[in-house]
Amino acid sequence: MIKAILIFNNHGKPRLSKFYEHFNEDIEQQIIRETFHLVSKRDENVCNFLEGGMLIGGSDYKLIYRHYATLYFVFCVDSSESELGILDLIQVFVETLDKCFENVCELDLIFHVDKVHHILAEMVMGGMVLETNMNEIITQVDLQNKMEKSEFFPFFSLFTDVYLSVYQAGQVDTGRYCRSTCSCRISCKEHEPPGNAQKHQHRRHKHKSAKFTFLQVATARS
Amino acid sequence: MALKIVKGSIDRMFDKNLQDLVRGIRNHKEDEAKYISTCIDEIKQELKQDNIAVKANAVCKLTYLQMLGYDVSWAAFNIVEVMSSSKFTYKRIGYLAASQCFHESTDVIMLTTNQIRKDLSSPNQYDTGVALTGLSCFVTPDLARDLANDIMTLMSHTKPYIRKKAVLIMYKVFLKYPESLRPAFPRLKEKLEDPDPGVQSAAVNVICELARRNPKNYLSLAPLFFKLMTSSTNNWVLIKIIKLFGALTPLEPRLGKKLIEPLTNLIHSTSAMSLLYECVNTVIAVLISLSSGMPNHSASIQLCVQKLRILIEDSDQNLKYLGLLAMSKILKTHPKSVQSHKDLILQCLDDKDESIRLRALDLLYGMVSKKNLMEIVKKLMLHVDKAEGTTYRDELLTKIIDICSQSNYQYITNFEWYISILVELTRLEGTRHGHLIASQMLDVAIRVKAIRVFAVAQMATLLDNAHMLTGNTQRNGICEVLYAAAWICGEFSEHLENPMETLEAMLRPKVATLPGHIQAVYVQNAAKLFATVLKSQEGNTDSTTAQEASQLMIDRLPLFVQSANLEVQERASCILQLVKYIQKLQQKDVEVSEEVCALFAGELNPVAPKAQKKVPIPDGLDLDAWINEPPSESESEDEQPKAIFSKEEPKHSRPRHTEVDEKELARRREARKQEQANNPFYIKASPSSQKVYQETPGVEHIPVVQIDLSVPLKVPGLPMSDQYVKLEEERRQKERAEKKKKDKKKRKEKRSGRGKKHDSGPESEEDITPAHMVDIVTEEMPENALPSDDDERDPADPHKALDIDLDKPLADSEKLPVRSHRAAEVLKSPAEDEEGENVSSLEPKKKSSKEKREKKKDKDKDRKKSKEEKKKKKHKHEEKEEADLLCGQADEPAFQSEETNEVVTPPTSTSADVSDLDFWLSNAPVPSNTQEAATVAAAEAAPAPGAISVTTPDSEPEEPKDTEMEETKSSKHKKKKQKREKEDKEKKKKKKHHHHHHHHGDKGGEESVQNGTVEEEEPLPPMSNYCLLAENSYIKVAYDIQGNLQDGSQVVVSVIFENKCDSFLKSMEFNVLDSLNSKLQRPEGSGPHDSLTIPFQLPPGVSNEARFVFTVQSIIMPQKLKGTLTFIVKNEESSTHEKLDFKLHFTCTSYLITTPCYSDAFAKLLESGDLKSSSIRLEGVNMPFHHLLARICFHHHFSVVERIDSCASMYSRSIQGHHVCLLVKISSQTVSVDAKCDEPTLLGNVLDEIKQTFSQC
Repeated sequence: MIKAILIFNNHGKPRLSKFYEHFNEDIEQQIIRETFHLVSKRDENVCNFLEGGMLIGGSDYKLIYRHYATLYFVFCVDSSESELGILDLIQVFVETLDKCFENVCELDLIFHVDKVHHILAEMVMGGMVLETNMNEIITQVDLQNKMEKSEFFPFFSLFTDVYLSVYQAGQVDTGRYCRSTCSCRISCKEHEPPGNAQKHQHRRHKHKSAKFTFLQVATARS
Repeated sequence: MALKIVKGSIDRMFDKNLQDLVRGIRNHKEDEAKYISTCIDEIKQELKQDNIAVKANAVCKLTYLQMLGYDVSWAAFNIVEVMSSSKFTYKRIGYLAASQCFHESTDVIMLTTNQIRKDLSSPNQYDTGVALTGLSCFVTPDLARDLANDIMTLMSHTKPYIRKKAVLIMYKVFLKYPESLRPAFPRLKEKLEDPDPGVQSAAVNVICELARRNPKNYLSLAPLFFKLMTSSTNNWVLIKIIKLFGALTPLEPRLGKKLIEPLTNLIHSTSAMSLLYECVNTVIAVLISLSSGMPNHSASIQLCVQKLRILIEDSDQNLKYLGLLAMSKILKTHPKSVQSHKDLILQCLDDKDESIRLRALDLLYGMVSKKNLMEIVKKLMLHVDKAEGTTYRDELLTKIIDICSQSNYQYITNFEWYISILVELTRLEGTRHGHLIASQMLDVAIRVKAIRVFAVAQMATLLDNAHMLTGNTQRNGICEVLYAAAWICGEFSEHLENPMETLEAMLRPKVATLPGHIQAVYVQNAAKLFATVLKSQEGNTDSTTAQEASQLMIDRLPLFVQSANLEVQERASCILQLVKYIQKLQQKDVEVSEEVCALFAGELNPVAPKAQKKVPIPDGLDLDAWINEPPSESESEDEQPKAIFSKEEPKHSRPRHTEVDEKELARRREARKQEQANNPFYIKASPSSQKVYQETPGVEHIPVVQIDLSVPLKVPGLPMSDQYVKLEEERRQKERAEKKKKDKKKRKEKRSGRGKKHDSGPESEEDITPAHMVDIVTEEMPENALPSDDDERDPADPHKALDIDLDKPLADSEKLPVRSHRAAEVLKSPAEDEEGENVSSLEPKKKSSKEKREKKKDKDKDRKKSKEEKKKKKHKHEEKEEADLLCGQADEPAFQSEETNEVVTPPTSTSADVSDLDFWLSNAPVPSNTQEAATVAAAEAAPAPGAISVTTPDSEPEEPKDTEMEETKSSKHKKKKQKREKEDKEKKKKKKHHHHHHHHGDKGGEESVQNGTVEEEEPLPPMSNYCLLAENSYIKVAYDIQGNLQDGSQVVVSVIFENKCDSFLKSMEFNVLDSLNSKLQRPEGSGPHDSLTIPFQLPPGVSNEARFVFTVQSIIMPQKLKGTLTFIVKNEESSTHEKLDFKLHFTCTSYLITTPCYSDAFAKLLESGDLKSSSIRLEGVNMPFHHLLARICFHHHFSVVERIDSCASMYSRSIQGHHVCLLVKISSQTVSVDAKCDEPTLLGNVLDEIKQTFSQC
C-alpha cells in the first residue's frame, strides 16, 4: 500500500500532497516538513530509499523518492510494494505529467495542482497502484478533459467572441457563463490576461534550464 | 430576482479562480497568512451563492488551501453540494476536495450515500470512475455496507476502466466492512483471469494485500497464482504474485518446493532488476520455510547470495541498498553463506550513503562471532568517532550494544573489555541513548558477578569525573549513565577500593543540577556507601573515619532535602535523620554497622523478562472483573497526579526479592530444573553456558589481567578498550597452549597411541572459552510458567477482521445488503425439508463448545490435524460473526432460518478445497488422492443451491463458470503432479496416512466431533474406494461412485485411467449401454448411444481422471452397466485401435452420502417408528473396533453418531433421502449389525454389501 504521495520543491514548499490515510491538517504539514527535512539533506548520488519517518508509518514504511530538478517526488509505502517498482512508478508519473503538460515544469504543478491530482488518480487509487501503462493513463486523462470541455462547448462557442473581447477589455462581465468560460481558460494558456501571461512566460523561461535537467534526469534514470 | 442575479454575477467578476489565488499568494510572500485569510472570507461568500459554478470554483480553491495546511472541514457540506452537481467538471472538483479532506468522522458523509450510488450507476463511465476514486479515499463502514453491492456489480462492468477501479476499491470496502469479503470473493477471484490486464493486475493487487495479512486463508489460491506466475508477462503482476508467494510459503512448505524451480528460472532469465530482486526475496522466503530437508538447498542459496553480491557491487546505490536488505534476510537462517561476504559488507560501512551504512550495520549483527567481535566493534568505534550526524552515530551506538548483548552476551569473552567499551561510549556528546548504556552497565554488573570489582572501579572513576559528563546541558542524555554508575557503586560498594572518596564524589553540590531521578539514586546509594564505610571501620579502634563519614553525610544531605524533586527530598530527609541518629550512637561508641547494613541486605536475582506474563491465571480468577464497585466517573480525573511520581521512575530499576528466603529459592530452582529436564520442549542451554557462576568459582577463567589501573582509569576519556584486544589474544594463546599441554599429558598418560592428530589447526568457535560467565540460566521464571510464547496481534488491527475462511460456500445470510430487495429477502429462505439436517443443525452452540474442548484436548503435532483444527476455528469464528450480524442488523429477519442451512453445508466443500490444494501440492499416489478429488467433483458438479443466489441477477451465472474453471484447472495440475509422482515414493506412505485422517475430517465433517475417539486410537491402514473396473496390457481403469449431494437422481462416477504401456494413448472414448434405470448423461444434442470423448491423452506411465454423471431413477437395487472404452495406442512406428469392455457396478452404497447426524436427532428418528429393521452378523472379524467403524464409514459412507465402548450407532442418508441407521456391536470377533431404514430393499442390499466388504478382508 502507498500511504502518501508528496511533491515539494527544493525549499520544502508543497506542490501536491495526497494522503491515503487521514491525518489532521497540522500533522500533514508536519509530515511534509519532516519528509522534506529527511530527503533534502541527502546527496544526489545516494540511494532513493529512506527509512525512519517518525510521523508517518513506522518500521514497516519506507520513503521512496526521486529528485527532478527543482522537485522532489516522495512516495511513502509499506513493505508490500516493490521498492524498484515504485521508483519506476514515479518515473511513469513524471513522464505522464510531462506528456500532459507538454514539457512540464514546476510552474505547471503550482498552477494546476488539480490537474496533477486528476492524473495521479488514474495511476494510484486509494493507496493501490491502479495503472502503470502511460498510454492508458494519458488516454483516460485526455478523454476526461475532452469531456470537461464538451460540457461547456455549446456555451463556449456562443459566448467566446463576446467573452474574449469583454475579458480583454476587462470591464464588463458576460454574466452567467463567465465562470464556465473561465474554466476553459485554465486549459488554454493563450487566454491568460496579458500582463500576467507575460509574467508567467518569463518565469517559464527562467525555469527552462531546470526543465532540461528535469527531463534529462528522467531519461538517465530510466 | 433578476436584479439579484445580475448583482451576483457582477460580484463574481471579481472572483478569483485557482490560478489567481496561487498567483496572489505568490505575490504576497510577506503577509501570506493575512492574504489567505481574506481569500477564505471571499470563498465563504462564494459558497453562499446559489451558482454551482461559483461554488465549485470556491471548493477548488479550498482544496489548494487544504494542501497548504488550512482546515477546510467547515466547507464539507458545500463540497457535498458540488459533488452532486450534474456536470462532470464540478463533480470532479467536488470529489477531489472530498477525497482530500473527508474522513470517518466527517458527519456529512452520510448524506453522500445516495449521491455516490447514483454516480456509480451513471451511464457515463467517468462519473462512475470519479466517484470510485473519491470513495476510495473516504469510505466509511456505513458507506461500505451500503455500497458494497453496487460496487460488486461494477466489478462485472463492461468497461475495463470501471472494472479495475471497482476491483481495487473492494479492498477498502473489505477493510471497512469485513462481512462483504466472503460474498465478493468469488467474483474477485474470477477477476484474476480477466481478459483486461489492468483488471487482472488490480485483482492481484487486492488479493495480495488481503493475503499479506491473513495468508492462510488464501493458500487455496496458490494453484491459480502459480498459473498466473508462469503465464503472465506483466512485471507488475509478477512482482505482486511473487511477493504473495513469499507470504504463503511459510505456511505450506510443499508450495515452496514447487516454486523453487520457476523462480530460479525467472532469476536466470529476467532482465528487470525489480523482478529479479523480488524473485530472490521469495526464494529466500522459501528457503527459510524449508530451512532443512532438500539437499539442493545450498545451490539455491548460493545462487541468491551470488546474485545479491552482484547487486551490492553495482554502482547503483539503490541496488546496493536492496542487496544488503535481502542479504539480512538470508542471514537469519543461513549465516554461514553470508559470512563469507564479510569483506563486502565491511566495505559498505564506509559508504557515503547513510541508508546503506545502516543496512550494512544490520548485517553485522548476524556476522559476529566470539572470534571477531572485538575486531568488528573496534571498527565500529572508529566509525563512531568519525560520524558527523548524531542520528547515524546514535544508530551506531545502539548497534554496538545490540551486537554485544545479543543472545545473552553470547559472543563476549571478556566483560572487562565490554565495560570499557561502554565507558568509552559515554564520551559521546548529545546522544539520546544514555539510557541504553546505563541499562547495559547495570545488566552486566548484576549478571556477571566476576566483573563487579572491575565495574565498580570504573564506575567510581566515572562518578569522580561526573562533571565531564554533565558540563554541558546539551549532553543531557548521557548523564543517565551516572544513574547506573551511582547505583553500581552503591550496590556493590564492598568491592570499592576507596569508598570514602566515592561517597564524597556522590555528595558534591554539583550533583544537585542532575535530573531528579538520578539525584534520588545518588542519595539512596550514598546511604549504601555510608553503610559500607561503617562496616569497614568496625572493629577498628580508631573511629574517626566512620565519624567523618557521618559528618560528611550530615553536611551534604541538607542540600538534597531542599530539592524540588519530591523523591529526592523524601529520601534525603529520611536518610539525614537516620545518619544523625547513627552519629549519636557513634558518639556513645555503640556498634551500629550491623544494623545499618541490614537496611540494604539481600542479593539480586535476575528475572526473565517474560516471567510475569507466563504466570498462568488460576482458575476462577477473572482479572477484568471489578474487585470493588467501579468508581464513579468523576474520580477518574484524580488519577492524573499519579503520573508525577511514576514518570521519573527509571525503567531499569529491578525489584528486590528479599522476602523469599534462600532455601525456598533453591528448592524452587531444583523443582524447575527437574521439570525442565522432563519437558522435551524445553530447550536446554548448552553445557558451556550452563555453568552457574556461583557454583563454579571459575577463577581460572578470569584472566589475571595486569592493567595499570591507576593510569588509564583516572582519565576516563582515554580509549582503552583496545588493549583488551591484545590481552584477549594473549589469553587465548595461553589457553590454547595449556590445552595442548593437557592434551600431551593425556596422550602420554594413555599411551594408547592411536596416532590421532589432536592439533586442530585454526581455533574453532567452541574452543574460545569466555572469560566470564553470564548469569543466564538462573533467570527466575515463575513456577508452572506456560511454555507458549504467543505474541498476539494488535486487537485494533483492521486486518484482523478480515481473517475469514473464504473457501466455505456462501450462506444466504451473507448476501450483501441491497436496499431495494430487502423486503423480498424475508420470503426467500429456502425451505429445507430434510428432517435430519434441520435437526442436526439446531444445536450449533453445543457443538462449538464441544469443539472447544476437543481443541484443548489434543494438541497433536500432526499437521493435518492442526489444519483441521484451524478449520474448525475458522468455522467458529464464522458463526460468531454471523451471530454478530444477527444482532447488528435486526432489519433482516431472514437470517435466522438461513443460518441453519449454513451450518450444514460447509464440511464437504471446505475439505474439498483444501484437498484440491493438497492434490496440487502433493505427489501422493493417485488412488487415495483422487478419492478426494471425486469429492470435489461431487461438490462442484452441481451448483450449490445455498450459495450466491437471487440478490443480483448477474451473480447467477458465475457459479457454474467457476466450477468449470476449477475443473479444468485441477485436471491440468494433476498432469503436472503425476509426472513427479515417482520422484517421491518415500513420502507416499506417510501421505496416505495423512489422507486417511483427513478423510475422517472431511467425510465425517461435523461428526468427527462426536466420534472423536477414532483419532485417539492407533492409526488406520490406508484405504481406497477405487476398485478395478477393467484392465488390459495397455491401460488400467479404476472407478469410484459418489452420490450427488444436490441432486437426488444423479451419481458421479470418477474413473482413473492409467497408461501401463510405453506408448501414447489417445482418442479415448467412453461408452455405456444405458439401462432403463440408469443413464449416462451425455452432452446435449448427442444420441443415447453416443460415446463420450475423454478430454485428455495419456503419455506413457501417466494416469488421469475423468468424471461421468449418471442419472438413476430407483436406487434401492444395485445394478451393473456394460460399457466399452475405445482408444488408440500410438507409438513411433504404428498406431492401433484398441477396445476394453467393462462392467460398471452401481452398488447401493454408492447412493449413500455421508451425512452428519446428532445423537438426539438420531434418537428421534429411531423413535418415529417409520423405519423397518433388519440385521446381520459377521463372524471372524479380526480387527480393532475403530478400524471396523472406519471401514464402514469409509466404504459405505456412514458417519458415527455415537460410540460407547464396543457399540456404535451410525447414520447415513441416500441421495433420495432414505435414512439408514446402524447399531454395530462387537463381541469377540463377532459383529452384529442391527439396521433400520425406511426402505427395506435398500437396507438389505446395503447390509449385503457391508457383509461383502468384511468377508473380503
